[in-house]
Amino acid sequence: MDFGLSPEQEMLKDAVARCLAETCPLDHVRACADAGTAVSEAVGAALSTMGLTGLMIPEAHGGLGLPLLDAVVVAEELGRAVAPVPFLARSALAPLAMTLAGSNEQQARWLPLIASGDARFGVAISGIVERRDGSTVRADGNGLSGTALLALDFEGASHFVVADDAGRLHVIDADADGVEPVPLKTIDVTRGTGELRLSGARCESLSDDGGSAARRLRDAGRVLLAADSLGAADAMIAKAVAYAGEREQFGRVIGSFQAVKHMCAEMAARHEPCRALVWYAAHAFDAMPDEAALSACHAKSLTGEVHRFVARTATEVHGGMGFTDLLGLHYWFKRIGFDRQVLGGPERVRAEAAHLQGWATVAA
Amino acid sequence: MDLDYGPEYDQFRAEVRDFIARNRHLAPRSSGRAARPSPEAVAWQTLLIGHGYTARTIPHEYGGYGAEPDILKSRIIAEEFARAGAPGGLSNQGISMLVPTLLELGTEEQKRLWIPSTLRGEIVWCQGYSEPGAGSDLAALRTSAREESGHFIINGQKIWTSTAKQADMIFCLVRTELDAPKHAGISYLIFSMDTPGIEVRPLRTMTGHAEFNETFFTDVRVPVDQIVGERGQGWSVANATLGHERGMLGDPDALENRLLALVRLMQEERIGAARVMDDLVLRDRLVGLQAEVAAMKCNGMRILSNQLKGEPGGMAKLVVKLQSCELAHQISALAIDAMGELGILYGGGERERDGGAWQWNYMFQLGLIIGGGTAQIQKNIIAERGLNMPREPRPKVSRPAVRKEVA
Repeated sequence: MDFGLSPEQEMLKDAVARCLAETCPLDHVRACADAGTAVSEAVGAALSTMGLTGLMIPEAHGGLGLPLLDAVVVAEELGRAVAPVPFLARSALAPLAMTLAGSNEQQARWLPLIASGDARFGVAISGIVERRDGSTVRADGNGLSGTALLALDFEGASHFVVADDAGRLHVIDADADGVEPVPLKTIDVTRGTGELRLSGARCESLSDDGGSAARRLRDAGRVLLAADSLGAADAMIAKAVAYAGEREQFGRVIGSFQAVKHMCAEMAARHEPCRALVWYAAHAFDAMPDEAALSACHAKSLTGEVHRFVARTATEVHGGMGFTDLLGLHYWFKRIGFDRQVLGGPERVRAEAAHLQGWATVAA
Repeated sequence: MDLDYGPEYDQFRAEVRDFIARNRHLAPRSSGRAARPSPEAVAWQTLLIGHGYTARTIPHEYGGYGAEPDILKSRIIAEEFARAGAPGGLSNQGISMLVPTLLELGTEEQKRLWIPSTLRGEIVWCQGYSEPGAGSDLAALRTSAREESGHFIINGQKIWTSTAKQADMIFCLVRTELDAPKHAGISYLIFSMDTPGIEVRPLRTMTGHAEFNETFFTDVRVPVDQIVGERGQGWSVANATLGHERGMLGDPDALENRLLALVRLMQEERIGAARVMDDLVLRDRLVGLQAEVAAMKCNGMRILSNQLKGEPGGMAKLVVKLQSCELAHQISALAIDAMGELGILYGGGERERDGGAWQWNYMFQLGLIIGGGTAQIQKNIIAERGLNMPREPRPKVSRPAVRKEVA
């Protein structure tokens, strides 16, 4: 019995944290934002040296062959550092798509390219969560047509994994005829997001499995977004506590006022149990398939709610300074906002959770 | 991450499960929390002690089972009894708070005299800590005990003394050193509730029941050797047991059982022909609470794992009382809302659900948010011990809690 991270996972966490402390201070995040990019070459290169592009790729295909819980460890640190670097889709979901739905030949062809960074994937599966603006992706003899509304790790992607309306996954080349990648401006400038307008785009289809691989991708994505949110919220609480310990008003540090202290305590009290829940959800994904989807819903919805509270409360503890651009607190605020909405906000995810348990007589 | 307990423990779990299956017909119907245990409850307690399923690590010479501490085995016992809906051993303030205190700080004579009889359910205890003027600031207590010819003479008033009506004995904090700073002037005494000069008045709460009492002391004479620890050290003696009380208030298995009862309620209740479970707003709240209960369960596993490794519980442990009590209250609140207009029924009647338990819980759990260290005190603890935030500035000199009268 050992509920928590293994010594190896703790080492991975420390290594990623050290790497990001060196390569990704706030000034760097700001510089990338000012340059209009969510793909830091410096941070990407450093993480790639550690083998993180192949984190979840089997060793036989040039990766580290680690489970989702290890990716959770990395995602948490990326969130903590608000790192402008593709990871979720590029290094976790795309390799998962290949291992879950790719043929042996497809795996042998794609996975080494992903591990080496020669193929840089984005992933567009939002359509299986909820369709907005009438978006739809159809697959037929002519390839893919329609609109995939939210492609994650869009910026710099050479390829995309796209889910069609039936939940089948396809690989497309970003430069192929019939593919029009359109960047989207979002609150979170540390993530490159876009939409794909498809008109008979040539695609390479993965297994027709009734959408089960796409659902696994969705579950993994939810857990990783929850983990990213965990790291970002952790950083915001730490910043609020540190600020409250320095800022003086009425002749005292404001952290000695119970009004301020209790705001921090409430953040910590609601936040801390989320950590164990996210770990559990990752472990369920890796080892307990019956519980994976429900645990992913719980982790996603609870972090969405709790960290919205953390984001606004930590900002308030900073007073007027929290509202300015000077401290850069808003990078974390917006990262948390992104993590909450993408792949289903709390209400949407809870509706699915009810459906999964047979509580709903009407399908979610 | 490894959620398996291992073969030795799987074997142990099978034994516990088998024991419950073979013996549960002997289990008392009334809860082990009743103030004065029934003969069935006492027999059940004796059976459980004999098998090491309660009082497990208390030494044999003091009436326990005498096993080496094993966190996982204790956890398995709790899990299996909860899963089977079978009552564990007696659960009262004597067993949960006084016994651990005596084991740690009592004299040999005190241990032999009080622990076995308390474990057997023969002696019922009540706790005399809080006073009308000493709640969150417990160390400001003023109930006095002056020494006179081999006795302490006690005068004052305690409040929140649950089970005082039924109790044989009280463990009580009193001020013995009037001149000392407030934390250093307290002693921990144990004495009979039959001692002349004690008056117990039931304290009716918002639930309509008297779950607590007020207890008044007028010249109550207690032999000076009925003290636990040294004179003036009662504060640290009491703090040893406050931790046990807070641990009792944050059991994730209890939360999960309440949640399951709520799920059943929402599947059974109807609005017209429709199930309450099909109301999207109520169902959304239910799933939200389910996620929080899941988080507290996982948090509990994390704490357990830390204990196994001999690591401190840290923030994961500090938040348990605050979060669990709030969550329990919200579960009851949703149950009342799920009953709609009939949610107001309380105090009997054929339409009342579950004997009015949801309304009683909704009110009583608010009491638990306040009791055992208020939510606000919990937040101070989380901020100061967990986040290392500065304390509220205090007066420079800690004055004696009771000022000497000027002649």
